[in-house]
Amino acid sequence: MAGLAAGKRLKSTVCNTEIMVIAAPGGEVDLTCGGAPMSADGAGNGGNVAADFAGGTTLGKRYTNEEGNLEVLCVKPGDGSLALGGVALKLKDAKKLPKTD
Amino acid sequence: MNVMMLLEMAASGFGDRVAFVDAQAGASITYQELYDAAGAAAQTLAASDAERFVMLDVTNLSIPVALFACGWAGVPYVPINYRLTDPEIDALIDRVKPAYLVGDPDRIGRWTGSDGVEVHGRDAFLGPARAGDAPEPAWSMDAEETAALLFTSGTTGTPKAAVLRHKHLVSYILGSVEFMGADEAETSLVCVPPYHVAGIAAVLSSVYSGRRVVQLANFTPETWIDLVRAEKVTTAFVVPTMLHRIVDVLEGESSANVPHLESLSFGGGKMPLPVIERAMELFPDTDFTNAYGLTETSSTVTVLGPDEHRAAAASDDPVVKHRLVSVGVPLPGIEIEIRDDDGNVRGAEEHGEVYVRGEQVSGEYEGRGSLVDENGWFPTRDAGYLDEGGFLFLEGRADDIIVRGGENMSPGEIEDVLIEHEAVFDAAIVGVPDKEWGEAVVGAVVLEPGAETEVETLQAWVKDHMRSSRVPERLEFWNELPYTETGKLLRRIVKGRLADG
Repeated sequence: MAGLAAGKRLKSTVCNTEIMVIAAPGGEVDLTCGGAPMSADGAGNGGNVAADFAGGTTLGKRYTNEEGNLEVLCVKPGDGSLALGGVALKLKDAKKLPKTD
Repeated sequence: MNVMMLLEMAASGFGDRVAFVDAQAGASITYQELYDAAGAAAQTLAASDAERFVMLDVTNLSIPVALFACGWAGVPYVPINYRLTDPEIDALIDRVKPAYLVGDPDRIGRWTGSDGVEVHGRDAFLGPARAGDAPEPAWSMDAEETAALLFTSGTTGTPKAAVLRHKHLVSYILGSVEFMGADEAETSLVCVPPYHVAGIAAVLSSVYSGRRVVQLANFTPETWIDLVRAEKVTTAFVVPTMLHRIVDVLEGESSANVPHLESLSFGGGKMPLPVIERAMELFPDTDFTNAYGLTETSSTVTVLGPDEHRAAAASDDPVVKHRLVSVGVPLPGIEIEIRDDDGNVRGAEEHGEVYVRGEQVSGEYEGRGSLVDENGWFPTRDAGYLDEGGFLFLEGRADDIIVRGGENMSPGEIEDVLIEHEAVFDAAIVGVPDKEWGEAVVGAVVLEPGAETEVETLQAWVKDHMRSSRVPERLEFWNELPYTETGKLLRRIVKGRLADG
């Protein structure tokens, strides 16, 4: 997969998951959902969600890698779970902020 | 990135929830209906020759429909202050046409629609949008596209058109609001006008958090209190003059009697200390949040939250106590610096100009380019300082600082002292040209209803509380001070009248 820019939207090729990139490391990024590479239009080789990446995604949640340099937002939930280079992304804690408007 | 993505998520996450309620018209719209209406209106917009969408109306259901339809269609949303005079509005429209204009039928009757402006009444826009179907999602995710053009209030001259791109607005929401963070009972009362950046921020953050929004088109303190009670409002935002008027209407009461109001936030101008102290007494169970932001920064950049309010109010430490009049600490992702006139970064407690950096900061004006420097810093033209704990204190616009005999003084400090006097309701201090001192400190004072006092008494009051250089040489008693509708003191008008006097 090519480099990712903040704001880019990607679809899972094996489930309904869609994400928007919030932050991404430079260079090639191996971002998968359900064990399969993601693409801009969701077109891929088809297939099913891999058993190791079947935890699912939740609408409105953010996911990040261990280093914290990749962060994505789930804009459509699905059955697959997200991974970078084969390592599952983890759920990022929501910040608790006072309402200002 | 596109603001439409926020609504798309809301519609799929909680489409059946009521999104907006127009209190005056008694009409409402759910999140799914809002999404569908935005899609239908976007098709109409895309089919027109308009390059901009102009909204000339008070807050109502067509406001969120238009804002999102513009995102969907890729047409910048341009809300204009309906209280301006016809020639002023004409001049602004001239700068953004060809345009598709929607407004209150009474207000737009005079615009015929010729000359590159297609004019539609509010209902003629909203009706077909609500009856139509949304097409397949097809909005651009190009974060650089312009989401909104907002004319600054022009308190000092010709309004500038601030450019807010999708990346600025979406970054602000993602950085400050939790998706579906609101439960079903949460209701927000929005009384800021649509042309104010807080009006746009209120729409976007309510949609992303899933709140029900009650829209109040023409603010009066009485209707505000009535609506908070009747609609079981849990959260509201007001500008300082609104809170001042609300507190005044509740004079003599021991409590505001608003059991559901969990949080009240305010911003958009300087809050006088006596007003916030009285408000905290009247709303004992309500969380107070002070937010500071600018049009050019996509709304809020610093926040003084409820815990800080309570800690400051309860503290014996003068440094902590004073934080009650601060605007708090930066939001995550926002940095603040204070710099001197030569651009050098200043330390804690040192006064200078406030600089802001962050993803949500635009700092760009149409036709004038960006004021953001190569490192991403935006000069706000607000004067202020940071305390040891990083709390930001504002001292008015940098241009308003009075220089008397080489000494810099902030009009706000003197106004605060005057307002503390029991006979004084409101005060405005400005500098006027003076042969001896360069500038002289003069002011206008509005007395509490029925109160009487003398200029000499107030001068002595200031002298008892501040250095003698701060004592106004001249004070006039006025019936009211000139404010914009969103609570900005029109200092140039005060200055003009006092300079003539």
